Amino acid sequence: MDGEELTAQETALYDRQIRVWGADAQRRLSKSHILVSGLSGISVEFCKNIVLAGVGSLTLMDDRPVTDDVLQANFLFPPLESEYVGRSLGELCCESLKDFNPMVCVSVVKGDVAQFDGEFFDKFDAVVVSGCSFNTKKAVNEKCRKQSKRIAFFAVECRDSCGEIFVDLQNHSYMQKNSNVAAECLLSYPSLEEAIMIPWKGLPRRVTKLYFAMRVIEKFELLKERNPGEISMFDLPDVLKLSKELCEAQSLSESHISVALLERLLAAGRRECPPVCAVLGGFLGQEVIKALSGKGDPLKNFFYFDTADGKGVIEDISN
Amino acid sequence: MASEPQLEAVKGAKVLMVGAGGIGCELLKTLALSGFQDIHIIDMDTIEVSNLNRQFLFRQCHVGQSKAKVARDAVLRFRPHINITPYHANVKDPEFNVDFFKQFNVVLNGLDNLDARRHVNRLCLAAEVPLVESGTTGFLGQVTVHVKGKTECYECQPKPIPKTYPICTITSTPSKFVHCIVWAKDLLFAKLFGDKNQDNDLNVHSGDADNASRHMEDVFDRSVDEDLEKYGQKIYDHVFGYNIEIALTNEETWRNRRKPTPIYIKDVLPDNLSGQNGNLENCTTEESAVSAMSSLGFKNSQDVWSLAESSKIFLEALRLFFEKRHKDIGNLTFDKDDQLAVEFVTAAANIRASSFGIPLHSLFEAKGIAGNIVHAVATTNAIIAGLIVIEAIKVLKDDYKNYRMTYCLEHPTRKMLLMPVVPFEANKSCYVCSETPLLLEINTHSSKLRDFIEKIVKNKLGMSSPLIMHGSTLIYEVGDDLEEDVAANYSLNLDKVLAELPTPVTSGTILTIEDLQQEFSCNINIKHREDFDEENEPDGMVLSGWTMASTEKDNRIMSNGESTSTALEMQGNTDDIEITAGEPIGLGGIKRKHSETSERLEEASLTHTGSSSANQAPPEDVDDNEEEDDLVLLDNDPEIGKKKRLK
Repeated sequence: MDGEELTAQETALYDRQIRVWGADAQRRLSKSHILVSGLSGISVEFCKNIVLAGVGSLTLMDDRPVTDDVLQANFLFPPLESEYVGRSLGELCCESLKDFNPMVCVSVVKGDVAQFDGEFFDKFDAVVVSGCSFNTKKAVNEKCRKQSKRIAFFAVECRDSCGEIFVDLQNHSYMQKNSNVAAECLLSYPSLEEAIMIPWKGLPRRVTKLYFAMRVIEKFELLKERNPGEISMFDLPDVLKLSKELCEAQSLSESHISVALLERLLAAGRRECPPVCAVLGGFLGQEVIKALSGKGDPLKNFFYFDTADGKGVIEDISN
Repeated sequence: MASEPQLEAVKGAKVLMVGAGGIGCELLKTLALSGFQDIHIIDMDTIEVSNLNRQFLFRQCHVGQSKAKVARDAVLRFRPHINITPYHANVKDPEFNVDFFKQFNVVLNGLDNLDARRHVNRLCLAAEVPLVESGTTGFLGQVTVHVKGKTECYECQPKPIPKTYPICTITSTPSKFVHCIVWAKDLLFAKLFGDKNQDNDLNVHSGDADNASRHMEDVFDRSVDEDLEKYGQKIYDHVFGYNIEIALTNEETWRNRRKPTPIYIKDVLPDNLSGQNGNLENCTTEESAVSAMSSLGFKNSQDVWSLAESSKIFLEALRLFFEKRHKDIGNLTFDKDDQLAVEFVTAAANIRASSFGIPLHSLFEAKGIAGNIVHAVATTNAIIAGLIVIEAIKVLKDDYKNYRMTYCLEHPTRKMLLMPVVPFEANKSCYVCSETPLLLEINTHSSKLRDFIEKIVKNKLGMSSPLIMHGSTLIYEVGDDLEEDVAANYSLNLDKVLAELPTPVTSGTILTIEDLQQEFSCNINIKHREDFDEENEPDGMVLSGWTMASTEKDNRIMSNGESTSTALEMQGNTDDIEITAGEPIGLGGIKRKHSETSERLEEASLTHTGSSSANQAPPEDVDDNEEEDDLVLLDNDPEIGKKKRLK
């Protein structure tokens, strides 16, 4: 594609992965631009993976000051040092990530992702958001969808021992890798809003309970105007009440929402479990690579991992 | 950060990591973030450029340094207050004995070869330390837990033995590109640039063996003042022309095969005979940078050269070896990081492939095959490392009811990309973790003790310092502190056939084999057998007892309570990776990528001829059925019913 060869330096550095996805995919990756908003444990893992993979550029957005809290699952720089004063998490992560692969351009944009207009997103091929409100995720997703070029959208959240990835590739065509025949396939994705508006009653019977529990917590955080993870066991009564109301409104048996699971999610608060971040950041990396390279079967459209049962499950929540 | 009880278990734990490569870097990082405070890490390797795309603790400036040490320093930067003890050493070194292993609460493997995995398994069994084992290749990976008394050990299921090729396939009847690679690397390259004293089957057998070998010496020896150009062309015509003509005289061979075409330089490069050299001025004189491609102006390693191009590169590479690297000649072994060697082998394999009507391949592909290069990406390693830590924490909390083997898949099976499976109970007939004896069929009147030690004790049983006993009589042992007369006696024994040893080994004999470092021993019942099938039993002896089925196919069966089975198996060579036969097959009949998997199998299969051991003899094992090796649908395998799950 585009006839541009990889340099000898790229071929040497990326040798092992070119053997996995091919030189074409590597060339596409090296021309791709990615935005990551919210540097949670998962997104930091993701950033590492995608910088190593050799994308064209990575833009970070996270104005938070560096605190112990934001560093719990972050391996990009040393714990609190005086020189961090006045510098944002995004800036510090950027410095460290540049080091991982000199061939990738890593930069920082200040601001709140919710405040940027559609044109801003036009610069990117994939946008990953984490740690922001549901409304922000939805708004960014819509802005990506309104651009003339396809911008892949991903939202991720880790709640201690479990986590969720949402994928919207809009209309995605790719080469299916099954058997010996390479077949061109087309997938249509719903937006985040469309996906979660799908009546629970209409979902396949064996959808993971995490899907429902995550929606209850998400709704709770939305109603209380809190960011993801700003919850605790004190919220249990309210959350149970909300859960009951949602089940009634959706005519879904309450048995689909495990109280124990809700308790786990509430107790988790903002805590992120590093191995879970590694697992989800790994899958997110793979999915973004598939979306950018057009190679490999992408997942549609939710992915769950829970250490309680050890399963990593794809759920297709679409019409 | 982890929850409270978890944190306690983690904080007090002392863990040993074996391997600081692709999985190891991710693992060390995740362990440190998870609150582990006392981590020991062993790795004998130094850092290479091709590691940097995934071994993220390393930078360009670290190339050549110890992986274990650089990884430690990198992790201490973000977690300065934990203890990480690095060992730049081989895990098989005697200092890492059972007592060393006993100090740890859990051992975590991020290894790249079967041999070391088996060694660590035995030490963990002897020291009674739980082992979490792992492997990745491309998007596939797996994590398994091995706790003595609770689950199966790493060797309870036979591991697929790396496949090798019948010698006649390599010397006379190649049908795949990999056969041409093996020929170019293990025969031609070794003959021209390796140890002259090694046996070499490069020449095809014409009726008169003596004649042939004399002729061969004449051709390959280069007299001091022999013109290099002429010498190169002579070698070319001999191996691609004359040898093929000789082979064609064996009509029986070609009755059901496509005949090869002899190739002579005058036909391929009619204008080249006057001698157009590459442009040497463009070459740096630095040894590692000598390249026939750059001297001839070839740039892209992904291009497939034509026969004429391959021929030019062949001649140029040969010339460069003699001109620029003359001092290496005589002791070179193929190394995938030696650019000129890879160019030579690629060119030679392509010329041979042309002769036999086999599709040609690029240098990039040929290098992968010749160097057993494994596909590796950062993401899979990160996922697998996360899963290792999750299992390690369960082991530390003694939460054995929740131990899982987890498979990371490329295509979902019942919606799953991560598939957890309850571990199996120990295999009661495992010769490693139970005391079940093995059975060896062998011709006791013609097999020497030496053959038995090489083929069975070392290759099959994976022992490195064995001690062999017949009843209470020592037949053989390895050690530095042996008395002279004892050592002399042992070396005499080596060349005796089994039935003629001082204490004869005959049908019905039970031999005890021990490895003192591994603190592992097993018994072998000897059964005399007169004849062996040369093609199918090339060792001239057959070991059985614990294997459930053919070792060539993938034997691991994972039944997840319902109907899915999968067959990912650790195997082992090269980089981080260890899965031979591909992907799980679900009820829905999710198809595996046939081509990719078989490619991987072919790579894996080259193990015996790989760069790991110098001057290795050409492959001897026989298995020419590559196509069948991909079959992993084992749903109907009767063994499923026999395996017991942990309760």
